[in-house]
Amino acid sequence: MITLYPKKEFKFPTIADCINPEVFQNKKLEEIARLSIWEGNRQKKLADLFNIEETRTENPSGKEVITIKGDVGKVRRIGANMKDGEIVIHGNVGMHIGEEMKGGKITVYGNAGGWAGSMMKGGTIEIHGNTDDYLGAPYRGCSEGMHGGKIVVYGNVGNEAGAHMRKGIIKIYGNAGQFAGFRMRDGTIYVEKDSEGRAGACMTNGKIIVGGFLESLLPTFTIDSVKDKVKVEEGETAQGPFYLFLGDLTENGNGKLYVSKTKNPHLSHYERFL
Amino acid sequence: MELLIKNGFVYDPLNGVNGEKMDIAIKDGKIVDKVNERKARKIDASGMIVMPGGVDIHSHIAGSKVNAGRLLRPEDHFKDFEPKTLVTRSGVGYSIPSTFTTGYRYARMGYTTVMDPAMPPLEAKHTHEEFNDTPIIDKASYPLLGDWWFVLEYLREGKIEECARHVAWMLNATKGYAIKLVNPGGLEAWGFGHNVKGLDDQVPYFCITPREIIHGLSKVNKLLNLPHTIHVHTNNLGKPGNYVTALETMKCVEDLALENKPVIHITHCQFSAFKGDDWRTFESGAEEIANYVNAHSHVTMDMGQVIFTDTTTMTADGPFQYNLYELSGNKWVNHDVETETSSGIVPFHYKRKSYVHAVQWSIALELALLIKDPWKIFMTTDHPNGGPFIAYPKIIAWLMSKKARENTLKKINPKARARSLLPSIDRELGFYDMAIMTRAGQAKALGLKNKGHLGVGADADIAIYNFNPETTDSSKKYKSLRKAFKRAAYTIKDGKIAVKDGEVVKHVEGSTMWLDVQTSEPVEITEKMKRRFKEYWTVEYENYPVTEHYLEVSRQIIVKADV
Repeated sequence: MITLYPKKEFKFPTIADCINPEVFQNKKLEEIARLSIWEGNRQKKLADLFNIEETRTENPSGKEVITIKGDVGKVRRIGANMKDGEIVIHGNVGMHIGEEMKGGKITVYGNAGGWAGSMMKGGTIEIHGNTDDYLGAPYRGCSEGMHGGKIVVYGNVGNEAGAHMRKGIIKIYGNAGQFAGFRMRDGTIYVEKDSEGRAGACMTNGKIIVGGFLESLLPTFTIDSVKDKVKVEEGETAQGPFYLFLGDLTENGNGKLYVSKTKNPHLSHYERFL
Repeated sequence: MELLIKNGFVYDPLNGVNGEKMDIAIKDGKIVDKVNERKARKIDASGMIVMPGGVDIHSHIAGSKVNAGRLLRPEDHFKDFEPKTLVTRSGVGYSIPSTFTTGYRYARMGYTTVMDPAMPPLEAKHTHEEFNDTPIIDKASYPLLGDWWFVLEYLREGKIEECARHVAWMLNATKGYAIKLVNPGGLEAWGFGHNVKGLDDQVPYFCITPREIIHGLSKVNKLLNLPHTIHVHTNNLGKPGNYVTALETMKCVEDLALENKPVIHITHCQFSAFKGDDWRTFESGAEEIANYVNAHSHVTMDMGQVIFTDTTTMTADGPFQYNLYELSGNKWVNHDVETETSSGIVPFHYKRKSYVHAVQWSIALELALLIKDPWKIFMTTDHPNGGPFIAYPKIIAWLMSKKARENTLKKINPKARARSLLPSIDRELGFYDMAIMTRAGQAKALGLKNKGHLGVGADADIAIYNFNPETTDSSKKYKSLRKAFKRAAYTIKDGKIAVKDGEVVKHVEGSTMWLDVQTSEPVEITEKMKRRFKEYWTVEYENYPVTEHYLEVSRQIIVKADV
């Protein structure tokens, strides 16, 4: 197990692709210390910015575990493209964490920046604090969104969570910003509390569940029925009742948007269309 | 500066040199008989292939359409970027690289001349601005004239000579190189949300048919003595069953052919060689097209090879691009350029496992291999429509090695594989044929006298590839072939070494070539035309022409017209 302690407070955006269990695997401490990392426009070594400690523990899986203790809120792309192993971060973390990850697990005991789990294909990301915009969404202009895997956020998230999503699941136990599930094609987004509105804009398929207050529903959604409960994933069900809306009709979409009935009395006028 | 390339295997089809060991002497940017061997800088090319610099007859590298594609696709940039070096600038873009990167990447493959095939006259200034920023390669552009209102009106009234004078003025005003027709008639119809379905459909409000436009402009081309023929993107492009339209297009100018000289160039022919009634019964029409081309000598064409990758399709064919957007559901831009033409852009991913895409891949290779005479068909991807130009080494490998084709065939859609003609074709092109298809033939079709050959007096644009045809079998070692053509050992532009071992080592400016078509009396712009500019355009007539000082390195080519 490798533990990284930031030597100082980061002033400049830092790009750290190298903090990845696969890169660390089977490397000696000196080799890890020599890995290159960009701080602002300067190329540096990992040891310039972090104190690196190795702890020998019994690890039955044999996969590398990286622990970061301290604030890395300006460090980007940690765990990008990782396929295996585990990263645990005690503190805030910067943008693009777990970008395009294919497997393994990332746990953040703190807040995460934008584009967490961007374009991910597999694995799990667990964030115990809040995250910024574009959770699981692809890079600007790209339509290859999240293809699989699981993201769990215990705090609030920003706008456009799960944009262009193709597969996988995003669970948000706090509030979500605007445009949750923008242009999603498949997969599931669960928002336990409130959503700021425009949820599911341009969605063509997939499932969005809003357990709290939804500020406004897009006029391009049509009501289908009222459901007692909705399955979030295997072993987890959200208790309703929920209005089920279908849309987005501007895209000939057939996505499912479940909105809590009790928390959204302003949507009750839809019931007369049932 | 003097330069001597020693002992290379020279392939120079225009001078009939087929792999002979020769020395090439260069002085002041031109190829000469000999130089002072003691003073000249020497390049040891023993065990290497020496060819004229590559010529690309059809590649969308500059202009408003390309730039709109760059804006539409930020995701195309972040995965493919090049940091700056001491010599080169930084750049981004996989399917639509930025201007500097385009120049560097072409040069790295040994290309020195590239033609941009679609310039809306209204955007001519923008096109030339981007040309000015594209280093190393020589460039030229073809203005889109097939749906230009003045041309349509002159042709409707049968005023061929007036039309020719007008076209001459247009070529001078836009600093263009050849007459380009895209979906003739269809783009004008697109302004009203329609298209034309065949060669005999009427263009709305103009009482003219695509057949008349193609035939008329072909005559204009002859009257003006332009070096290149008309450059035609056929009607019904990209629709199943359109090989019939392509054949008709070639037939409709048969009567203008004289002395076996080509009179028409069908561009990215793969997209015009589809058989079948719809996408389910879609098939290759390559055999029919190849049979016709083998029997006639008035046609040249280029392949439009499809590469299995993520790319950006862009053409002036607005209605086609709209159909493509509806097929793919991807994001898009579509545009009707006032009184001139239209355009459209849709990102597209060609997949091996897709039946249609795999058949498309097969069609272009079938065309190239079934057409016997390599002087009639040239290698392109219609960059970036079939794939980015950096895939040329892959196509070279497919054309030169049956093994390379079979290896790709194994991975494509099984239904497409079963129907493909490729397994039955044993032909493997040699370096001589390849030199024709990638440089000599293209230069000849374009009428570029100083390009595409290594004779005395030619521009010293030379590519040297590190591949020994004597010791290595190109059909078996296709991977090292690909590698050699991907990174030229040397690219020499105007006698200066621009690329060494696949890296740009010197910034060389490329020139912009344009035609100065001189008619018997200078073309006068009538009051009527100026008035129309006021009525129909968003720019004033005075802002329209591109002056010569607008071009960084201008290369004027004077043409004496017959009118």
